[in-house]
Amino acid sequence: MQQEVVLAMLAKEPSQGSQLRARFNDALGPLGEAINAGQIYVTLGRLEKAGLVELDRDSDADRPERKVYTLTTAGHERLAEWLDDITWPKPDLAEFHLKLIAAAAAALADPIAIVDAQRRELLRRLRDAQRAAMAEADGSPGALLLEGIVLRLQADLRWLEACERSWTSRKGTP
Amino acid sequence: MTGQTTRPFGEPVLQARGLRKEYGKGEARVAAVDGVDLDVYRGETVAVMGPSGCGKSTLLHLVGGLDRPSGGEIWLTGERIDAMNERKLARLRASRVGFVFQAFHLMEELTARENIEMAALLAGRSPGEARGRATQLLDQVGLVDRATHLPSALSGGQRQRVAIARALANDPDVVLADEPTGNLDSTATVEVLRVFDQLHYAGLTLVVVTHDERIAATSDRMISMRDGAFVDETRLSGGSTGRLSELVGLEG
Repeated sequence: MQQEVVLAMLAKEPSQGSQLRARFNDALGPLGEAINAGQIYVTLGRLEKAGLVELDRDSDADRPERKVYTLTTAGHERLAEWLDDITWPKPDLAEFHLKLIAAAAAALADPIAIVDAQRRELLRRLRDAQRAAMAEADGSPGALLLEGIVLRLQADLRWLEACERSWTSRKGTP
Repeated sequence: MTGQTTRPFGEPVLQARGLRKEYGKGEARVAAVDGVDLDVYRGETVAVMGPSGCGKSTLLHLVGGLDRPSGGEIWLTGERIDAMNERKLARLRASRVGFVFQAFHLMEELTARENIEMAALLAGRSPGEARGRATQLLDQVGLVDRATHLPSALSGGQRQRVAIARALANDPDVVLADEPTGNLDSTATVEVLRVFDQLHYAGLTLVVVTHDERIAATSDRMISMRDGAFVDETRLSGGSTGRLSELVGLEG
C-alpha cells in the first residue's frame, strides 16, 4: 500500500492501527474491503523505519494493536509534498491497443472478438460498481469514490466502442 | 434489492419477428429498423444500446404501437398488434404499455399526483381507483412528500420518477423507456436506476434504449444495435466479478 495514504489517515491525530482502519472504511465505503489490517501495520512499520512516524511515548510497545502512532516533522513534510503532488493515475490503454494491432497484423485473433470480450468484462465491473453506488447513501464518501470509478469505466467502454467501429471498418480493407 | 438478479424469467411478453421500418421511396429509401427479431420475457430488463441514428428509438416506437412497421410482426402477451386498428391500438397503448421519455413529458399544469392519476383515468379507471393507484405509486418511487408539487418545482430526477410512476399507473405488461437518463446528472441517474432496480425486483418487464452504459450494465441483457439491426447480445444477470475492491487500486 502507498505509504502516503497511511500518513494522510494518521494526520488528524495520533492513532492506533485499528483507528486508521476505521477511517479508511469511512472514506472508502464498500471499497474499504480493499484494505486489510496487515497492510496497515506493515506500512506503519516501514514509515517508522523511515522516520516519518514514531510511537507515542505512552504506547504499550509489546502489544502491536495498542501501539499509538504519530507523525514526525519529516512525516508532516512528506505529507505536505504529497498534497501538492499533481500526479494522476495513468490509464494504460497502449497495451490493449497494441494487442489489437498485433492480433490483426499477425492474424492471431480477431480484434473485434478481443474488444467484445473486454467489453463484457468492463460491463461486469461497471455493474458491480454501479450496484455498490446504488446501495450507498447519497453524498457519502464511498458514493463519491464509486462515482469516479463508474465514470472511468464508462469512458473505457466508450473507447472500446471506438475501437470496435475502427476495426470493423478496417475489416473490409486489406 | 440490489444484486438480486439471478432468477428465471417467465413467458415472453413482447416479441417481434422480421420487424422493419423504412422511410422514403425508391433510391432514397432507408431502413431505420432492418429485420429485427426480439423476445422480451416477463420480469426481464433489456437494454438496447447503439449510436445515434442506429434505429433504437424507432424500434421502441414500433413495439410500443406509437408507430406502424413497414414489415414484420409484433406480439404483446401473445396478441398480434402490428395490424391492429387505430382505436384498439390506442386503448392498448393507454393500458398495457408504459412509456418513459428522455424529456419526461409531464403535464406542467398538473401536480405530480395528478399526472399519475390522469394516466389511470384515461385508461378508464374510476377517480377513486386512480387516486389509490397514484398514492401507491408515489410511495413506490419515494415521492409521497412531493405529491402536490408541479413538475417545475421538482428536480430532474424527481420528474423522471413521476414519469416512471405514471408509466406504471395501469399495471402495464411492459414499460418502454427511451433514454430515461439522457437529461439527468449523475446523482439523478442513480435515483432513476434505484427505482428501476426496485421495480425489477417487483417483477417489472422493462425495455430501455439508451446511450448510458450504467443502465446497460445494470440490465439483465444488453443488445447492441447498429444500422437498424442487432449485432451483439450480452447477458449480464449474475455476472458479478466479485472483485469490487480491485477497482480501487489501493491493494498490493
